[in-house]
Formats: sequence, C-alpha cells, structure tokens
Amino acid sequence: MTQANTMKTLVMDASEIERALTRIAHQILEANHGASDIALVGIVTRGDLLAKRLAAKIEKIEGAPVPIGKLDISFYRDDFATYFNPEVHSTQIDFDLDGRTVVLVDDVLFTGRTIRAALDALMDLGRPSCVQLAVLVDRGHRELPIRADFVGKNVPSSGNESVRLFLEETDGRSTVEIFELAPGAHMGAAPLQKGGEQ
Amino acid sequence: MALMLRNAHVIDPQVGLNETCDILIRDGKIVELGQDLEMPKGVERDLGGKVVVPGLVDIHVHLREPGYEYKEDIASGTRAAAHGGFTGVCPMPNTQPTTDNAMIVEYVKNQAEKDGKCRVYPSGACTLGLKGETLSEIGDMVAHGAVAFTDDGRGVQDSGMMRRVMEYARPFGKVVMSHCQDEALVGKGQINEGATSTKLGLQGWPAAGEELQIQRDIELSLLTGCPIHIQHISSARGLEMIRRGKADGIQVTCEVTPHHLFLDETNIGSDYNTYLKVNPPLRTAVDREELIKGVVDGTIDCIVTDHAPHAAHEKDREFEQAPFGMTGIETVLGAILTNLVRPGVISWERMVELMAVKPREILRLEPVKLAPGSVADLTVIDPDVEWDVTEDFYVSKSKNCGFTGAHFIGRATDVYVGGYATMEEGEIVE
Amino acid sequence: MGETKRAFPHRNLIDITEYSADDIMMLLQTAQRFREVNERRIKKVPTLKGYTVVNMFNEPSTRTRSSFELAEKRLSCDVMNFGGSSTSSVKGESLVDTVKTLCAYKIDLLVVRDKNAGAPYKVAQASGLPVIDAGDGKHQHPTQALLDLYTLWQQFGSLEGLKVGIVGDINHSRVCGSLVPALRTMGAHVTLIAPPTLLPPRPDVMGAHAVSHDLDAELPDLDVVYMLRVQRERLEGAPFPSMREYSMLYGMNEKRNELLRPGSVICHPGPVNRGVELDSFMTDHPERSLILDQVYAGVLVRMAALYLLLGGSE
Repeated sequence: MTQANTMKTLVMDASEIERALTRIAHQILEANHGASDIALVGIVTRGDLLAKRLAAKIEKIEGAPVPIGKLDISFYRDDFATYFNPEVHSTQIDFDLDGRTVVLVDDVLFTGRTIRAALDALMDLGRPSCVQLAVLVDRGHRELPIRADFVGKNVPSSGNESVRLFLEETDGRSTVEIFELAPGAHMGAAPLQKGGEQ
Repeated sequence: MALMLRNAHVIDPQVGLNETCDILIRDGKIVELGQDLEMPKGVERDLGGKVVVPGLVDIHVHLREPGYEYKEDIASGTRAAAHGGFTGVCPMPNTQPTTDNAMIVEYVKNQAEKDGKCRVYPSGACTLGLKGETLSEIGDMVAHGAVAFTDDGRGVQDSGMMRRVMEYARPFGKVVMSHCQDEALVGKGQINEGATSTKLGLQGWPAAGEELQIQRDIELSLLTGCPIHIQHISSARGLEMIRRGKADGIQVTCEVTPHHLFLDETNIGSDYNTYLKVNPPLRTAVDREELIKGVVDGTIDCIVTDHAPHAAHEKDREFEQAPFGMTGIETVLGAILTNLVRPGVISWERMVELMAVKPREILRLEPVKLAPGSVADLTVIDPDVEWDVTEDFYVSKSKNCGFTGAHFIGRATDVYVGGYATMEEGEIVE
Repeated sequence: MGETKRAFPHRNLIDITEYSADDIMMLLQTAQRFREVNERRIKKVPTLKGYTVVNMFNEPSTRTRSSFELAEKRLSCDVMNFGGSSTSSVKGESLVDTVKTLCAYKIDLLVVRDKNAGAPYKVAQASGLPVIDAGDGKHQHPTQALLDLYTLWQQFGSLEGLKVGIVGDINHSRVCGSLVPALRTMGAHVTLIAPPTLLPPRPDVMGAHAVSHDLDAELPDLDVVYMLRVQRERLEGAPFPSMREYSMLYGMNEKRNELLRPGSVICHPGPVNRGVELDSFMTDHPERSLILDQVYAGVLVRMAALYLLLGGSE
C-alpha cells in the first residue's frame, strides 16, 4: 500500500462544475444543430454521471430527452498486464448506435489512452456516424493524437499530480481537485466509494 | 591388528551394559571390555561422549541390484547403510531378474563382498518371479546363504499358495516375511482410503487390504508351524491382530518403518508430494500413535526402513504415475533418537533391541553382543549432535526421502564391521 | 484505499477450496460482465491480445476444450491446442519435460486436463505459469463448478441456503470434487444421493452436509437436482448391477418430476446419457432443465477466470 495522496489545490467547486456543464450542453447543441441525432455515452466511473447531468441540461433546453448510455472500458485497456483492477463495471447502451452522433463524456482528459480504449469499445458496439468528446477537465500531457470537442476547463498540471473529479452522487461532494501523488500511486480516476455504483 | 575404543558409553541390554568403558578388539572380535584396558600395540580411538551399541541391522531394504542400478546398487546402498549406522542389511528379492534362485543369491553375495560397506544377508523370493504361482527353490537358496523368504512388493495373493510356501519353508529353519496387500481389495490404491484420498481425488488403499492378510498369515503360521514376520505394518488394527497372535503363542513377529511411525496421511497435501507415496500407505494419526505404543510395549519387534530408492525422474511425476517407496536408511537412526529416545518414549536399551538385537533374531543370525568373543560389529552414535537433513547429506543414489528438511538430534558417526571401520567421523571409509 | 493495484488474489485455478466466497463471487460477477460481451454482435474483446494460452489436454475432451477455446478466442488470446495422439506420454516423455518444452514457446498460461489427479499442480510447479485445471483425474474440475454456481446464481439470485442434491457417481466425479466444496463455501446445503458403491470414502471431507440412498425421499426438498453422468468408462468392477436398475433407482424421469416442487431445476454437466440418468422429458424440460444455460455459462466463467488470472500479471 502506498501512502495516501495529499490534496494540493481545489480547481473547481460545485457551482463551477454546474456552470461548465451548462456551457458544454449549449456547445453540444450548437455544434450539432440541436439534439435530434445525439446520444451521450459516459465512460465509467464518473463520465457516466456527468453524461446524466448533461442529458438533463440538454433535455431542459430542448424539451426532449437525449438517449444516454454508459461504457466500461476495462476489457479495452492497454495497461491490463501492469495495472489491474479486477472490479469490472457494466456497459449499458440500450439504443442503437448505428448512424448516431455519439458524444463520449469523461471527467478528466489526460494521456488520451482512456479515450482510445473507449473508441475501440464503442466501435465494437455499433457504427456511429460521428463521435465527439466532451470532458470536464483537460489537464494536458497527451500521449496520443486525441483532442476534446468540448472542454469545461483547461487545468495545467504536472506529471506527479493527479487531477480528480468528485461528484455528489458517489463521493458526497462535487469538486475537481489536484493531488500530489505518492510515489507509485495510480494516476487514474478516484476510486468509487463502496456501494457508489450498482 | 588390534583396536582400542576408549571411554565409550556402551549400551547392550543383552548383557545388561549401560556404562562407560574401553573396548579392545582383535581379529574382528571383541576381546575385552573394562576400565583402563591396556593394549601393547594397535590403533586407539577416544570415543568420549559417544554411545557404542551392537551394530544396527535393517532387515528390509531395497538395494536394487541386479536390474535397477540407476536407482541404487549394492555398492551405493551399503554405503548408505553404513552412513546411517548399519552393519548389516537384508535386501529384498524384487530385483530384475528376481532373486528367486541360488544364482542371484550368489550374485548379490559376491557384489556385497566385492563392493559392499556392510554385511548383506540376502532374502529370496517365495515364488518364481514374485508371481505367486510356483514355489522358488527355497532349499537351494538356503544352501547358498539366503536368510529369509518374501514376495515383498506384492505379497502372495493366493492363500493356498501362501500355505504351501510356509509349509515348505518350515524345515529350513528360516522365517517367511510377508508383505500384506490384498490386491483385489487394494486395486490401484494410491494413499490411505479416507479423508486425504477424498480430498485429493486419489484411489484409496484401505487398511483392511493389509489387515486381511495379516490375519490370514497369522492363521497360516498356526496351521503350518512356520514362523511369520509381518513386514512394514501400518495400521492400528493390524497391530492388534499381531498382539493377539503373540498372546496366543503364535510365532509371529513384525516390523515398522520410521515413516509409518512419524508421518501420516495429513502430510500429503495439495502439492501431491510423491516422496510420501509409499506402500503400504501413510495412514492416520491414530494409527501412528498406536504403532508407537506397539514399539513401546514390544508388540513391534523391530524397526526397518523399507529403504526404497527411486530415481529423481521417476518421482518427479504425476502422483498416480510415480512409484511407491521412500529411502530412509540414512535418516532412521536420527528419527528414532529424536522422536522416541530423546523424549523418553523408549530407552536406549529398547532402541538397541529394536534395531540390533531383534533384527538378528528374526533372521536367525548369530547375535552380536558387547561381550568378549562376539563379532565386533559396532555402531558408534553421537547422541547430542544436532543436524538438518538435507539432500546433500545422502550417499544413496536416490534422494526420495520424506524426512528431508527434518531437524534431528543424534546420529551414527562411526561404524565397525568385523573390527574394521566402514565409517569414521561421519565419512565412509574407502 | 484502492490506490494500489488490486490484482485478483490467485494465480492458479486448480483447487477450488483455496477460493473464498468473495473470490468466487468476484469471478461470477466478472462472468456476468462477459455475458454483455457475449450478447453483442461482436462477441470479442481485445483484452488478452498478445497472450498465448496452451490448452494441454492429455485426455480426450470435446466440450470442455471447445468451451475454453471459445473463451480464449473471445478474449483475443492466441490459442494452441496440445494433446491427443501426438502427446508426450505416447512417446514416453514425462509431463514435466512436456511442460518445459511448451514453456520454451514463451506461453503465458496453461489449461490442463489430465487423467492423473494433481497433474495441474505439477504443471504449475514445472512451468511457473498460471494454470487452470480443466479436470484432473477424479480430483477436481473447478471451472465446471464455477459455471454451475453461475447458472444457479442467475436462476435463484443467491446461492445461500440453496438445497442441492447431487445424484450419481460421486466417487469418480471430479465435478463433485470442486462443486461440493464450492457450494458449501457459498452457503448452499448439499446432499449426495447415490448407492454406497458410488460414494467417496469421506463425503463429509468433500463438503457434503448429508448423504442419502433414496432419491424419491429427497426430491421434494430440493431446489436443484444435479444429475451426474454415469461414466461407463470409469466403472471398473461394476459398482451397480445394470443400467436398468440404476435408472430405476437413481434416474430422473417424467414420473419423478411429480415429486419436485415448483421452481426446482435440473442440472447436468453433460454429455447426457439419455434414458440412464435423465429421460428426454427431463433433459428437454423447458422450465426445469438448465443444461444449456450451463453450457453457455461455461464460456462466461472461463473468460472470467482467464481475465482475472492474467490481469496485472506483470
């Protein structure tokens, strides 16, 4: 067990997160001329919750519901041999992807590897006509040629820091925080509290 | 040539000795025991702190020659025996070809003479090829030096045949030794039938498969008047049958191995350690405890090892494919001293009876006593040396011993056969 | 905290008794995720791309081997099937030497079926690689037990308190060697139902709660009737007089179906000897027979086992 990571900076609070999501919702509608062909697919474990919030906002603006789904990328990760979390979450997409504009939703865009895995996972589920990416935070340090179409906030960070989103629904607070990483700790999303999902 | 062993603690219940004295040996025999003996000329050795007992004899070993020299041969097996503190061994006849005729008996004797490091008292097969069908030439083998008869490894299955063997052997004044295993009942049994066999999914080898033949052979001894020696007893009930047989005055004796005394089926785990695959199998803790009681109360006459060498590649196999048997002649004395003598379960005298006196009696050999005139076959023991059993300790060609890794206190350091050292300070004398 | 990598606590799947209820549950839940994959049009994920798995089947098997092969392929493994008449043992090579030879191909995991109990342990020892036991002698067959647990978990929602009767040749059954202790671990109540000649020496050690020789008396109490195959090839020394009498005393049929309560189910590890342990009415019973669900579950739990054993392996 490595030492606990220590919080360094509060990047966004609950109202900032809400404002950023509202802006993204508007941007998505504007870029796609409405919501008619759009579906939101959030990457577990927090992108799915963001997608839910975004969908609610879009529905409020447009007056019609947007299909939402959640995508688990465990089986598509490229670090299976080195970093392994045996906890697998569910993929749940109850609508046909074929011909749709899918907006992938994730919390923090970092190396781009999660998005690469998510794109592969998505393609195995159907053939969307177009895939866009919405993230709450872009922290830089890309390792793959991937960029977001919609960004809530750009947050410059260094390699030994972790940028994490916490949400009321699972964590009891809605914030984006920067952590100083203990040596050897994993960069990825904050672990879910027990019972947070399912 | 004279040899003086000084300050030895001599123990021999046959002559009531348990004291420190000197031993003078000349021309292979003990000449004198006493305090401050004088010797005009010869070799002197100071054995202060050591125990000297009549030479140990193991009446159940497999020297594997002729036929399986890659497992062991008479040269290596008798060196292993000397290393374990023995002055004599009785090899079993399940060689290739079978020791079922005088020629092979002679061969074994000659090899022992030529390359051996201890006395070798060959046993012969009861039936040709251990097949249980035709009597082997017991008379001729006796004439050439066979000391006992057994179909060890299989046992004589047919009761009528066993009766014939015992009747025929009786006038030669030799003992018939019986490996008790009812093949119809045991089948392909791998380990004791019970908890461990259930857990490991291995075919059981029920104790009844042994006990049936123990009782059969006791009855046949009564019927034929031939003495019977039950080999490697493993079960409490089998022991009880012998206890009753003895009480009834039947000429029955028996032996036990250190692995049946100190190991049981719970030692066999999910690692399927093939070194613990022995025949008869390791049984329960209750059996083990009862066997120790039998050693204490005299129901069990002697300790043997059933030293059964197998090459590394033969044991490094699937459990069901690996052969039965473990080696033990180099570890038995350490095991007995550590587990029985040191904790006071048996006395030193009882140990001498079990490992030196009774084995000779059962084979109808001249007794060896710590007394003037006796052959100077002696085992010298360091009772306090602490040692760990490691594979590089063994001089046997094979290392399939279930006691590897054990910690023992006490072992043989010197062995004299007919007054000549075969081992000195732990090293085989070449 | 979950900050460090949390690999599955096992490297091998050989002895199910080494798995806790949590371990088994994690495996079943993982299998449940693979069910999503298996219900897609593209029933394959790239998870084990670049991994090489050897199916070392030293004993004939079609079903188990096919199921493993499918599981491996749906995880994108490279698969090598090794066995049959070309194997080692036929040419006199020892198991250990065969394994060392296979390891020289730079493989990542071995699936082992062998007629000798304990062989998978030997293979794990000789290879230093993760091993999945696909059935060893009459010892264990852990993935069969897991697929049975998965099937029952799906059917009943929980395994706790489930009353399971296992009927047939328990003594020669490696399925029972794993299923009985695994059911016990998960809190089910197990009754072994067979003539004494087909029971192991110590049913209690195996994990059974009760033993019975009277199927009719047990049926009304059971949630699950698990019928074992009469293994004709293993019946040395004829432990029962005839197939006819066996079927009469221990076969599940239309008539005995009347004794079952509503909601109770029939399982069978396959292949079924129709007319011996099960008649066609029971084998094909639309509500009671879970036999095909078991087959499907086989792929799912084997995918889960491969996934969990290889994850974080570096």
